[in-house]
Amino acid sequence: MNPLLMELWPYFLMVLVGYLPNEVWRVFGLVLARGLNEDSQVVVWSRAVATAILAGVIAKLILFSTGALAAIPLSVRVIAAVLGFLVFLGARRSVFAGVLAGEIALLAGGFLFSH
Amino acid sequence: MSAPVAFSSPSAAFFAGAKTAVTSVFMLVLAGTYIGIGALTHDFGLSSWWLAISTVLVWAAPAQVILITTVTTGAALFEIALAVTLSAVRLFPMVVALMPVLRGPTTRLRDLLLPTHFTAVSMWVESLRLLPSIEHQWRIPFCNGMSAGYMATAAVFGFVGFYLAAGLPPLLAGGLLFLTPMSFLMSTARNARMMLDKLGLVLGLLIGPLLTILDVNLDLMWTGLIGGTLAYLVHRIREATT
Repeated sequence: MNPLLMELWPYFLMVLVGYLPNEVWRVFGLVLARGLNEDSQVVVWSRAVATAILAGVIAKLILFSTGALAAIPLSVRVIAAVLGFLVFLGARRSVFAGVLAGEIALLAGGFLFSH
Repeated sequence: MSAPVAFSSPSAAFFAGAKTAVTSVFMLVLAGTYIGIGALTHDFGLSSWWLAISTVLVWAAPAQVILITTVTTGAALFEIALAVTLSAVRLFPMVVALMPVLRGPTTRLRDLLLPTHFTAVSMWVESLRLLPSIEHQWRIPFCNGMSAGYMATAAVFGFVGFYLAAGLPPLLAGGLLFLTPMSFLMSTARNARMMLDKLGLVLGLLIGPLLTILDVNLDLMWTGLIGGTLAYLVHRIREATT
């Protein structure tokens, strides 16, 4: 392959298998949302579906981690997530406090128990 | 209820939105998430500019993580596109739920194109929280300003993570990758005021891993459809009985 093409190849892939398959859902949502209002039942249902999908992504990232996070034991990841969430609830729903507590627990546990 | 917030001009609303973005807790969340993604990009041998452009074009952390980890490993293009598109299904109901909040009586379709592209978890959560207290005519510029602030933050911290990566020990790199699920979890929980949202969150957390263990195809899509519909049905039944 010619060198310029080699250099542009990752950008081409980004558009082809990254941008387009990602953006299609946004455009689809825009087209379908015309004529709907905030309280319509489809919108309420859509919000519940979006929340559940996001929750699924969250659980998968914690339970079936990849890369550097996978080197930290599953039990440490789960306990750190639960601890972080409890601190979040205790600290009047402060995302910052919760994330910080979870990170400290993860790093401490990872330091002690990583293989 | 206090009176709806108004602005003197669209640009005033835009900058108020941008200011909201850089002073919000999501600023830290995005910084942490994109430092992690920057580190990942470095590890997989892509360039820092590739990451910055993907942040602007793709603008979805899960899709970007999938792209980064597959594009250089010779995975089949169809497989990458399928994984990305499945991770992006959640954007569809988000846009559907957000557009009626943004749209006023005189809104043109082209005014909604930018907010549509900007739709992502951080922006969606904050838009649903903040926009209802703002006068309708200022919602789109406010939302665009806020989104631009988030996107700029993400792009800058992608570079930071990329150049940090070289010297980062594995445990800290793991800690960076943990930022994404933790911040997503708590920001979603913070936004969940109604029983419907709380139930959707809990059901998704349970059904998602279950379907993965059962090795179900298109597991995220089913998690959303099953969990979201169950939450919705419970919500309807509760409404009908009260």
